[in-house]
Amino acid sequence: MRYLPLTDKNRRAMLDKIGADSIEALFIDVPSAARLKGPIEGLPFHQSEFEVERALGALAAKNIPASACPSFLGAGAYRHHVPASVDHLLLRGEFLTSYTPYQPEVSQGTLQSLFEFQTQVAMLMAMEVANASMYDGPTAAAEAVMMANRVTRRGKAIVSGNLHPHYAETIETMAETTGFKALVEKPQPQKDEDLSALIDDQTSCVVVQNPDFFGRLHDFTALAAACQAKGALLIVAVTEIVSLGLLKPPGAMGADIAVAEGQGIGNALGFGGPYLGLFTCKEKYIRQMPGRVCGQTVDAEGKRGFVLTLSTREQHIRREKATSNICTNSGLCALAFTIHMALLGEAGLTKLAEFNHAKACDLAERIASIPGCRVLNESFFNEFTVELPKPAEPIVNQLAFRPLLAGVPVSRLHPGAKDVQNLLLVAVTELTTEADMDALVAALREVCK
Amino acid sequence: MKNENRALMIEEALIFEQGEEGRTGIDLPDPPEAAKKKQKLGGLRRTGKIGLPGLSEPQVVRHFTRLSQKNFGIDSVFYPLGSCTMKHNPRLNEKVARMPGFADLHPLQPASTIQGALELIDQLAHWLKTLTGMPAVTMVPGAGAHGEFCGMAVIKTALEARGEKRTKILVPESAHGTNPATAAALGFTVEAIPATEEGRVDLQHFREKLGPDVAAIMLTNPNTCGLFERDIRAIADAVHAAGAYFYCDGANFNAIVGRVRPADLGIDVMHINLHKTFSTPHGGGGPGAGPVVLAESLAPYAPLPWVVRDGQKFALLEQAEGNAAKSFGRMKGFHGQMGMFTRALAYILSHGADGLWQVSGDAVLNANYILAGLKDVMSAPFKGPCMHEALFDDRFLKDTGVTTADIAKALIDRGFHPMTMYFPLVVHGAFLIEPTETESKETLDEFIAAMRDLAAKAKQGDVEMFKQSPLYTPRRRLDETLAARQPVLKWSPPESGSPDKAAKVA
Repeated sequence: MRYLPLTDKNRRAMLDKIGADSIEALFIDVPSAARLKGPIEGLPFHQSEFEVERALGALAAKNIPASACPSFLGAGAYRHHVPASVDHLLLRGEFLTSYTPYQPEVSQGTLQSLFEFQTQVAMLMAMEVANASMYDGPTAAAEAVMMANRVTRRGKAIVSGNLHPHYAETIETMAETTGFKALVEKPQPQKDEDLSALIDDQTSCVVVQNPDFFGRLHDFTALAAACQAKGALLIVAVTEIVSLGLLKPPGAMGADIAVAEGQGIGNALGFGGPYLGLFTCKEKYIRQMPGRVCGQTVDAEGKRGFVLTLSTREQHIRREKATSNICTNSGLCALAFTIHMALLGEAGLTKLAEFNHAKACDLAERIASIPGCRVLNESFFNEFTVELPKPAEPIVNQLAFRPLLAGVPVSRLHPGAKDVQNLLLVAVTELTTEADMDALVAALREVCK
Repeated sequence: MKNENRALMIEEALIFEQGEEGRTGIDLPDPPEAAKKKQKLGGLRRTGKIGLPGLSEPQVVRHFTRLSQKNFGIDSVFYPLGSCTMKHNPRLNEKVARMPGFADLHPLQPASTIQGALELIDQLAHWLKTLTGMPAVTMVPGAGAHGEFCGMAVIKTALEARGEKRTKILVPESAHGTNPATAAALGFTVEAIPATEEGRVDLQHFREKLGPDVAAIMLTNPNTCGLFERDIRAIADAVHAAGAYFYCDGANFNAIVGRVRPADLGIDVMHINLHKTFSTPHGGGGPGAGPVVLAESLAPYAPLPWVVRDGQKFALLEQAEGNAAKSFGRMKGFHGQMGMFTRALAYILSHGADGLWQVSGDAVLNANYILAGLKDVMSAPFKGPCMHEALFDDRFLKDTGVTTADIAKALIDRGFHPMTMYFPLVVHGAFLIEPTETESKETLDEFIAAMRDLAAKAKQGDVEMFKQSPLYTPRRRLDETLAARQPVLKWSPPESGSPDKAAKVA
């Protein structure tokens, strides 16, 4: 077996040193009835590298990836171009095969990149501090609500109906399992919500999204003030991180906590995971913040260095009193983000965002001109909602056979909601070509006849 | 200017200290002029600069290459971090995860276009169920702690469905910190079970604590002392007789994978850290994946989504309806850590049932070899044999002035990553050494020799050498107290009034 260095001769010599007759003898403490006599039956034996590659390649070939056809899928996961150098650097064994940097003297590479990551994330969101990542956007949002509950010592979250349903459902699950209230409003693809009217003295936070699930843009400055007036926190979620290259950031609207899905920078679509939860907040709340944090310090010679810090909030120190049970997070995804963002820089990110928006404007205009199709958004970044003359889901399923991935039917994520059956979310990125757009426009013309 | 560089060890400034306006590492085509004029931003354009530095590709590549050189990884050194299972990460796993048929799949594609992905999840689920002997598995959780939360939420939901309000969770003192943190997050109260002098659950004490208010026990097996809980069947029987559930923390599954099926030990729920046992890389702190195997009675409460088979086709059940009507809900976005599933399946298929049998055997053999090689010069608190990790305490350092941390830091200068230190908490000054099965006898011999030498030096009273260690790392011992007392969590531009004070010291 190519991954196992011990030879039978090694094993014999080692057993002699230990004073055991066999490896089986080392399992003496396992109840004998539970000790198998040999490899588990009914499972295949080991395979060569090329056989495994072939088997997995065969499974991959049964899929039609978004890179193999025109794709307009978004709704919280976006296919952006990841530069080749990102993956090359990521695959350096010193990054790939290291553990959480608990031994800072031999982990300055991971730690410095985390410090750079936290700085980039705080800058993008215009927030004071960022942590070292969460599992993904939805878990970051749920952790944000629980943090708001701790900060305000209240237990009722008001959740916008235009928050991505996976985020809202994750918050609801945490509410039901850990014991707080989450009031999730109904989706409003067209109307503006008035969430400030719902805030009372029991409200710990209001959770909103920008651009919202339907792609619409909002300024939450007034809502932030309304929250503050009632002692509640405003949590802003961003599901398309590239949008912050162009849009007013959550910090500039007065958000107390801002979370995001960071997948769009540096990370593949990957069928939904692993992704990268970004978590930021005001500095005064850092001791209630979940997850790991990297901080600057000095070493024994007075040189600048970095360590994981504020660990007295964490489970390995605080156990049942920890702010969160999170341990492993999305380290390597965070590194991919950091490298990609370093490559982009201010000029690159701004241009990338402009490019996405320009393409989306172009496509929206073309779709709006199709008889029977209506674009609901007055504002958007790179994703908007189209109202079709008939239910969207069957159309999307049918176009997939061309193959053409026409967008995300709203009903897939809001199966119970009224009046959303005909709605289709259409996203555009820098990877969308003119030919892709032609294909979508032609297909929509056909199906709308 | 003082030269701080030492050959391969090169000082590297933060990217924010290197950038220059107007530089970029990415070229993009210009959008058509006509398109640029269109604006649908509703007046919400960002004003002012973000503050990101501008670097070209060669600068970025060199920056992160240099940073990487300041890290230990399994690729470069022996990394015997107890409880973390730092085994070799095969590159085949990385290759298959990057196949466009997996990497470029959008999670919301129509079912007809993702059959291979769902089949892969189903195949991996089959392996996990067969290896554990359990009838059901949820693939959703994003890491071990997330899996713990999932498993305990399943238990809580099942108890509610039974109409029972049980409030207590029993957790051995030696448990990972995530166990009590998870139980507390779910609103349970945590009661610690003391360990016996043999490093195992005190059965007598445990039985006394069991009662109608106990929801579950959370037990790691092999436990964090590296010992198998011999009484596990009796514990399981007692738990079940009391109407409670048996949660097993599967962090240490590597010790028994392919040889012992947790179902045969009487467990009801167990999470599996794919990044430990099945070698998806640790990546400097994730991402991981924490699938949870479940007993038949608990399976209906598993989180969304479910991968289901409908004749020849696979489908995703994304709502709490039909068979999934009793699910406790959604706990993260989309469908789980697909990128980890491809890697884990590649690892599993490479080993097969025979290879996995050898994995646990060699992992346990290697740990016992270390125990045998060091027990005369260090102090082992419990009698062997151990399972996949060898535990020592700091009695052998008594009156030397040298601590566990000092030994760990001195080990760094010998070219080894330290073992886990000061965990588990049940022994004083713990050294928890987990070699894994992917280390050769030669490496173990070198490690044993280094540890023996350090133990001898400690006893000879060479305290100064220890306190100075490490000497040859890019940074010497770091001031963690300062970091916590005056948190500096991001870089600030020098002119902003709060320049990085620490940097000036350098």
